[in-house]
Parts: sequence; C-alpha cells; structure tokens
Amino acid sequence: MSDEYDNNKSYQAQSSEVLDGSAGSVNPDMDYVRPAEIPEQDLYHAHSFIEKWIFCQDAKVIGVQYFLTAVFTGIVGLILSWLMRLQLGFPELAGFMTAEHYYQFVTMHGMIMVVYFLTALFLGGFGNYLIPLMVGARDMVFPYVNMLSFWMFFVAVAVLMASFFVPGGPTGAGWTLYPPQTILEGTPGSGMGILLMLISLSLFVIGFTMGGLNYMITILQARTRGMTLMRMPLTVWGIFTATVLAMLAFPALLVSAIMMTLDKVLQTSFFMPTILKAGEVLEYGGGSPILFQHLFWFFGHPEVYIVALPAFGIVSDLISVHARKNIFGYRMMVWAIVGIGALSFFVWAHHMYVSGMNPWFGFFFATTTLIIAVPTAMKVYNWILTLWRGNIRINTVMLWCLGFIVTFVNGGITGIFLGNVSVDVPLSDTYFVIAHFHMVMGIAPLMVIMGAVYHWFPLVAGKMLHEGLGKWHFWITFLGAYSIYFPMHYLGFIGVPRRYFEMYDSPYMTSAVGMNEFISIAAFIVGAAQFILVFNIIKTLKTGKKAEQNPWKANSLEWYTSTVPPEHGNFGERLPVVHRWPYDFSVPGAKDDFIPQTTAPSEVVNTEVEKT
Amino acid sequence: MSEQKIDGFELKPGFKGMASDTGSDQTMFKGVHWGKAMMWIFLLSDTFVFSCFLISYMKGRGSTIVDWPNTSEVFSLHVGDVPVPLLLIAIMTFVLITSSGTMALAVKYGYEKNRKMCGWLILATAVGGLTFVGMQVFEWSKLIHEGVRPWGNPFGAAQFGSFFFMITGFHGFHVSIGVIFLFIYTYKVFAGHYESKKRGWFTKMKGDYVEIEILGLYWHFVDLVWVFIFAFFYLW
Repeated sequence: MSDEYDNNKSYQAQSSEVLDGSAGSVNPDMDYVRPAEIPEQDLYHAHSFIEKWIFCQDAKVIGVQYFLTAVFTGIVGLILSWLMRLQLGFPELAGFMTAEHYYQFVTMHGMIMVVYFLTALFLGGFGNYLIPLMVGARDMVFPYVNMLSFWMFFVAVAVLMASFFVPGGPTGAGWTLYPPQTILEGTPGSGMGILLMLISLSLFVIGFTMGGLNYMITILQARTRGMTLMRMPLTVWGIFTATVLAMLAFPALLVSAIMMTLDKVLQTSFFMPTILKAGEVLEYGGGSPILFQHLFWFFGHPEVYIVALPAFGIVSDLISVHARKNIFGYRMMVWAIVGIGALSFFVWAHHMYVSGMNPWFGFFFATTTLIIAVPTAMKVYNWILTLWRGNIRINTVMLWCLGFIVTFVNGGITGIFLGNVSVDVPLSDTYFVIAHFHMVMGIAPLMVIMGAVYHWFPLVAGKMLHEGLGKWHFWITFLGAYSIYFPMHYLGFIGVPRRYFEMYDSPYMTSAVGMNEFISIAAFIVGAAQFILVFNIIKTLKTGKKAEQNPWKANSLEWYTSTVPPEHGNFGERLPVVHRWPYDFSVPGAKDDFIPQTTAPSEVVNTEVEKT
Repeated sequence: MSEQKIDGFELKPGFKGMASDTGSDQTMFKGVHWGKAMMWIFLLSDTFVFSCFLISYMKGRGSTIVDWPNTSEVFSLHVGDVPVPLLLIAIMTFVLITSSGTMALAVKYGYEKNRKMCGWLILATAVGGLTFVGMQVFEWSKLIHEGVRPWGNPFGAAQFGSFFFMITGFHGFHVSIGVIFLFIYTYKVFAGHYESKKRGWFTKMKGDYVEIEILGLYWHFVDLVWVFIFAFFYLW
C-alpha cells in the first residue's frame, strides 16, 4: 500500500469510536491492543486490464478465477456422471457408449470431482477469497506466487482436458489408477491418456504447493492486530488445517505420479510385477503394486479431509450466523478439526482391506478409523447444539446447512460400517461404497459449497441472489440426492458391483434394473437443477437487488471492508483491530443481536459478553 | 536475532514462550520474515517428497526377486589399477558439504551488510554446486557406459538403476535449481539491489539480505537430503 497509504504505524491504542462517558466501569486500558508488529504490506497494484483480471495478484480475483475454473471442471464431471447414469439406467438409449467409454468416464468423473473440483474450489476458491479478508490482511503474503499457483492449476486442468482428445482417449483405469493394469495395453487410455493424467496431477501438486504456502503463512504470520488464533472464524481453521494436510499428503501423490510416469515411459518396474500376457512374459518384473496403493492412499485419505475440513469450518460459520447464536464449543471445534487432521494420516490403509495386508495391519487401521469418528461426532453435536434454541432463520443458506448435517451424518454412519474389516470385505467394490462416499464426500461438501455461495455472493458481487430460486435449487438437490444415493445402499447390500459397464445376467438383475432407472432419472433432474444456480447468478448480476453492506449481520471481518465488494487492499486506509471472536450473536444487553469483531470492549460494557 | 524486541510483547524462553507466541495476535513465529517461514514449510513438504522416495526405495530394494548389486563395487573408481569404493561419491559429498559452509558464511556477511564478501561467498557456493552437478553427470555417464539403465543393469536387480537415476536425478534437479538461484543472487548482491531497494523483476517487491538466508535454508536442506541419499543408497 506504499503508494496510497502512509506507513504510519502508530495507531492509537484506544478504539476510534468515542467512548460513552456514562458507563461507569470503563477502564482506560480495557481496549488496549498491541501495536503492529509487521509493517504495512507492500502491494503491487495492477496497471492494465491483463494485470487486473488475468495475471492478477489480488487474492480475491485469484479466488474467483479458481472458483470459475473449478466449476467448469465440475460441470464436465457432472456431464460425465450423466453419461454413466444413462448407460446404467437406460443402456438401450446409450448405444454410442462402449465399455471403454464407460471406464474412461468413471475415471475422469472421480478424479475431476475429487481433485480438480472440490479441492480447488475449497482451498483455491474460498481459501483465496476469504483468508486475507477474515484474518484482516491486505492480501496473501506472496501475491505473485499466488498468481502462479492459479495459472499452474489452469495448465493442469488444460492438460487434463486435453486427454479427452488424444488418441486412445483419457485413462480408464479407475480414479485410483492402480497399477499394473493402468499402464498396460488393454486398459482404455493406457497410452497418452494416463500420461497426461499423471502430468496434470504433478502440475496440480506444484501449483497447489505455491497456493498452500500462501494460505499457511498468511494465517500464521499476517493476522491483523488483536486477531489471535482462537479468534479466527472456523472457516479459516478448516482451510488452514486442510492446507497443512495437503502440504504433507500431496508429496505422496507427486512421488507416485513420477514413479508411474517412469514405469510408463522408461519401462522401469517400480510398481510392475512380472506379468505374463497371452503366454508372453512382459518386460516388467520385480516391482510392487501394493507400494503404489500405499502411496496413493497416504495421499488419498488426507485428501478426503482436505475436502471435508474446509466444509466443516464454513458450515460452522454459516450455522452460527443464520441461527444468530454463538458456535457451541468453539475451542472443541478447533481441536476437533486439528485432531481429525492429525488422525487422517493414520487411517489410509482402510482403503486396502481387500488388497492383501497382514490382518494385524487391518486391525490397526480399523481402530484408528473408528477413533476418527469421535471428533467428527463432536462436531455434529456442536452444530446441532448451536441450532438448539437459536433464533434460526430458515433462508436458503440455512437450508443448505441443515441439508449438510443430514447428509453428512448419513454418510458418516455408513463410514463406520466400512471402517470395520469384517463388514468392509463383503461390501468392498459394491454400490454401498459409492453411496457412502458420495453422501459424505460428494453431497455433504457440495451442500456447504452451495450454502457458502448464497452466503458470500453479496460480498463478492454486491448483489443478493434470489431466495425463491435458491429454495427450489435446494429442495430439488436435497431430495434428488437422497433419491440417487439412498437406493444405492440397497444395491450394495444385494451385491451389485461398482464400475461395471452392465449388469449382465446376474441374480440381482431384476431388482437392480428398476432401481437403476429410478436413480438415473433422479440424477438427470439433480444435475439439471444445478443450472438453477447458474441462471440465478446470471439473473442477479443483471437485475438483482443491490446488497447492503453486511446483509446477514455477521461479525467476521470480511463484511467490514471499506467497500463492497472489497477493493485491492481490502480494508482501506487502516486495517481493522480485533477485540473478540466472530460469534458474539444475541448477546444479552447488547444494542443489536450481533457485535462485530472490531467492537471495542468499552463499547459493550453493560452487556453480558464473554471475554474471548 | 534472539535479541529483537517486539512492542508490547514479552518474548519468553522455552515452552512457555512457545505457548505465549502461539496464543498471541498477528504472528505465530515472532519476528520471522514471511519468506523465511514459507521456506521452512516448503522444506517440510519437500521432506515428505524425499521421504516417500526413500521409503519406496527401501520397499523396492527389500522386495526384489533378484539380488541388489554390490554398491561398493558399482560405485568405485579405479586409481591406477586399484578400485577405490565410493571415491567419487566421497569427493562429491565433500564439495557439497563445503558449499554449505560457504553459504553459511555468505548469510553472516549478508547480515553484516558486507556486500562484496557476501557476493563472493554466494558465488563460491554456486561454483561448489555446479561442481557437484558436474561430477554427478560424470557418475551417470560412467554408469550408463557400464550398461546401467533405468529399466535394467548387468549387476543385479533392475530396480537398482530405476531408483538410482530417479532419486539422484530428483536431488540433482534440486541442486541445479539451487545453482541457478545462487547465480541470480550473486548478481543481485554484487549489483547492490538490496542497498538500492530495487524492486524484483517479476514480483515487483523490494528485497533484503534475509533473502540470502532463505536461499541458504534451501541449500542446506539440499545438502542434508544428500547425506540421507548417501547413507541409504551408497553405504547400504
């Protein structure tokens, strides 16, 4: 800000508001906040259209760029899922689909949704937009690296999408890319497809590392005055912990991608055992396919929480704001997030119960998996207790939050089934697994994303999204998602295997066919319903109601910027000074039902506000 | 750096200090430059990358069906007619560790604002790194000449060549990146960019001698990783 703002750091310790002299208990020191430790951030302001909107260094623009790119990949993933459902429900209508196509769509749908959609959306999208605003920083600490991070992600997406157009098409090995079949002839896309997938994943990891360093250092080292770690909104805690997980888990993905690339290109045998194909011994030999599974799931399981933790954080904030009540057990929530994050590194092999491990190994991982349910359940109780006796506003945002709690509990409980070895083994590779993780990792975080979009859209665009359309969007999605995934549990129990192109002549044929048709119809409707949001956004941008500043009467700093939407530098001439946590809602004795984080203690002396 | 003073905040020693720093506002690591904190966290992440490589190597070496080559024979140089095991590797390791020493001195002179001395020492570090990479190229070409390939070799298990080229290659790539940056910073220091507060070419940010320390962190890390590769690959 060196160009616009003076570097005068001598802020007054007192709040800028005039104190009300009548309050007898005002102590002159009560508003004291330590002076600034770090000088004002030196920001580079854009000078041209390209610098402002394309190669932009402003975290808010980068966040929107991440968001739009991720949504684009999400729509591609959605269309792939439609094609899969068409094949499963109405194979006679999907004459253009071969089994190879189906495997390719399964693979690309999985990888796109988990990595390029959800991870990029939560960390790249919401992380970039919200972290600097919520901790009271002018921008991310390394804006240039942040910009590179987005463009690296963009290139990764471009490479991934390019794999649809190469000879042989994209890889069809399943999103877990298990060797040896992934790179052997006969698997769809075992030529260029898998190569582009591995390159794209490596680029994604590199790009994410650049972004992740920014998120972590901004949260640790660039908070505003008065913003302690325990005064941060839970959104920031969720994104922060997820970033830590990503920084430690993505290396395993990078290493496995490099090793598999070498197996593919240079005929090394890291993951390739001796293989006999049509009576001929292939060039490979002596490698370990299980090694890949360990590396992949050492990344893969934390990845689940990389998606889930930001969702946990965001939904906590949304529930608190729209129930006008402080979050129940804030510290417990923080420790639960941190605890889940730490435990998530010790559960990976529960994805490998059927891979042939030592039984004691399975026992260990079953135990840790069930332990991780404890902090997760604590969080669910706390959300419900936050709602209890709250002044709940049943608006679109709250509906999405409630939808999240229901779907998350549902998916979480089936997770406890699958965490036990003896239950998991018969259910492995059935539709029960599909139902479980789509419920817990697909629908639940998506509900949060939708809630967050309706909540923060007024901040980003300065206009209110249409409530009625939002409610239609919610109910169709919520009921539709249940129609899709609830029957799948049953399909799993009767033994329908996942990833099968068709049902063939099997004993469960009769009961599965009708159900598959029903699921497919629901899937088409739910997918189409997502375009209500697209329509709503376009309509709002054109003719929507202008949002007032802080339309939800929230406390956290992102709503207290100098302008709405916030400009580069976020907070105008002076950074805000924080005196409390962001959850002071409905405080007895207070003038309004919310006390912003920037309100000094002396302004609320006659209320029953707690010290935070 | 332990002597610095932060307004309104008491820096306590030990565990108590850690707790009060963590509980305070604004920064968690008091007085630590953003870039320095970033480098530490990046190195933590990079540690996981190299750990994954080395653990995969141990797993791969432990489960091959063919015997692993005898490393002290494969990695030996002939002096006259006498094969000396690990001779080249010993020299490489010596050069790299020495360059860590010159890097540490460069950081010291940088903080003392001794521009000339700092520049020469960074240059010496860069030359050390370049020598290391050069010797690695020599080692690679010698092994390739003897028939070692990523997909097989005449001495034993095929995975030997695979892991050797991958891990030393990945480390050599780190060293090369480091050498490039060392040369860039040699120029920046000699040109006096930190004194004139010249803005960076890409980032448009003003620099400081703390950047030399950040570069040093990276360089020491690369050396430390080499020590592990040396132990696990050449001595095992």
